[in-house]
Amino acid sequence: MQLTLEFGGGLELLCNSVKVHNVTVDPQDGEEKLTMKKLLSWVRTNLIKERPEMFMKGDSVRPGVLVLVNDCDWELSGQLDTILEEKDVIVFISTLHGG
Amino acid sequence: MEVAEAKSKKAGPRQCSTCNERRAALKRPKTLEQICRECFYAVFEEEIHQVIVENQLFKPGERIAIGASGGKDSTVLAYVLSELNRRHNYGLDLFLLSVDEGITGYRDDSLETVKRNEIQYGLPLKVVSYKDLYGWTMDEIVKMIGLKNNCTFCGVFRRQALDRGAAMLKVDKLATGHNADDIAETVLLNILRGDIARLSRCTSITTGEDGPIPRCKPFKYTYEKEIVMYAYFKRLDYFSTECIYSPNAYRGFAREFIKDLERIRPRAILDIIKSGENFRISTSAKMPEQGTCERCGYISSQKWCKACVLLDGLNRGLPKLGIGRARGLNNGLEKDSKQTNGTKNIQSKQCGTLDF
Ligand SMILES: [Zn+2]
Ligand SMILES: [Zn+2]
Ligand SMILES: [Zn+2]
Repeated sequence: MQLTLEFGGGLELLCNSVKVHNVTVDPQDGEEKLTMKKLLSWVRTNLIKERPEMFMKGDSVRPGVLVLVNDCDWELSGQLDTILEEKDVIVFISTLHGG
Repeated sequence: MEVAEAKSKKAGPRQCSTCNERRAALKRPKTLEQICRECFYAVFEEEIHQVIVENQLFKPGERIAIGASGGKDSTVLAYVLSELNRRHNYGLDLFLLSVDEGITGYRDDSLETVKRNEIQYGLPLKVVSYKDLYGWTMDEIVKMIGLKNNCTFCGVFRRQALDRGAAMLKVDKLATGHNADDIAETVLLNILRGDIARLSRCTSITTGEDGPIPRCKPFKYTYEKEIVMYAYFKRLDYFSTECIYSPNAYRGFAREFIKDLERIRPRAILDIIKSGENFRISTSAKMPEQGTCERCGYISSQKWCKACVLLDGLNRGLPKLGIGRARGLNNGLEKDSKQTNGTKNIQSKQCGTLDF
């Protein structure tokens, strides 16, 4: 499925300074749905070029990284369990930079 | 079909708990409420207004400088303060005050952001540079001392530069973008350092009232998450590239700890601030005497202020002077070396972002 991923607040530096990525990600291992959990591990493998620890901690984002799915805080949609759909826009913003 | 159904299911239960009309856009860390964008803007701004009013941060007719780095906190502060100033007739003259450390590829870019803010918000901008004030840019300092300890210079020089810039602007007060997360982090660090004097000072919403330029923190109770969400939803223009001289610094372990706590229990941030406030200094705890620097006249508890000690080292080719643990050369200058040393061992943020 086609997704738009946006990195901001300094996170873009971890993926070659590119802020917006239009990507195709499909559910794997015979699963029907793509969850945020799966997407994060896909991002880590395919988009993050350096210092993955700035983006992730364990199997989630590093605390202090905000996630929005279609401009809605992922804390409202189940975080890692959020099920993604075609054309969803996922935004990652670091709060950890500068003041 | 299936997609459409899922979409509506996704949007269905998440209605704004304030207006019960629109779709919720975020979960507030402070209250755990789910709230829509419009209600979020309203409550975010109103809470800051209440903090300003209850703590009497400003008086009508005052000139106020906003310490502006181009980063998220100060950008949102400039936006919200100019908005509230209009809406509630504070009667303030607001200015943006920026420090140019002289870091090519970092500060020059973030200053461009501040210059755009100057136009966007219609606030006059004053830039003071390390080069003008001290005769050294950070680039030149780093060339001399290397990458270690350069944030010590940055932090000491920036604090003084802001005061000098504020004096040039003839402002009554300096407002900084320190947020609740910053203050909770500082409380923790001061507890770990056993620094009672700073611990009691760091939670004060206004500091330096006895000095030349008082400073205040209108975001004392404002969560970093909400500041970033606000900037994101409003599409505010801010700069978030890391300082090239401390690329991996981000924040130290205390910040990490705060963020871990927030994930488990978001109220923890306010609780830590509260516990910091509840520490009272016993009369027997010795507070450093405030005097003035014999060399430049800046407030200092030592014979020379920290900036002058560092500058003296730079100018004499002994740049390590004044950094870290007591060094022989330093002892003559510092009345109480135990007081000034020891505090740098637990490095928190890059570039003295957290100087109180
Ligand atoms: Zn609402
Ligand atoms: Zn001095
Ligand atoms: Zn630095």
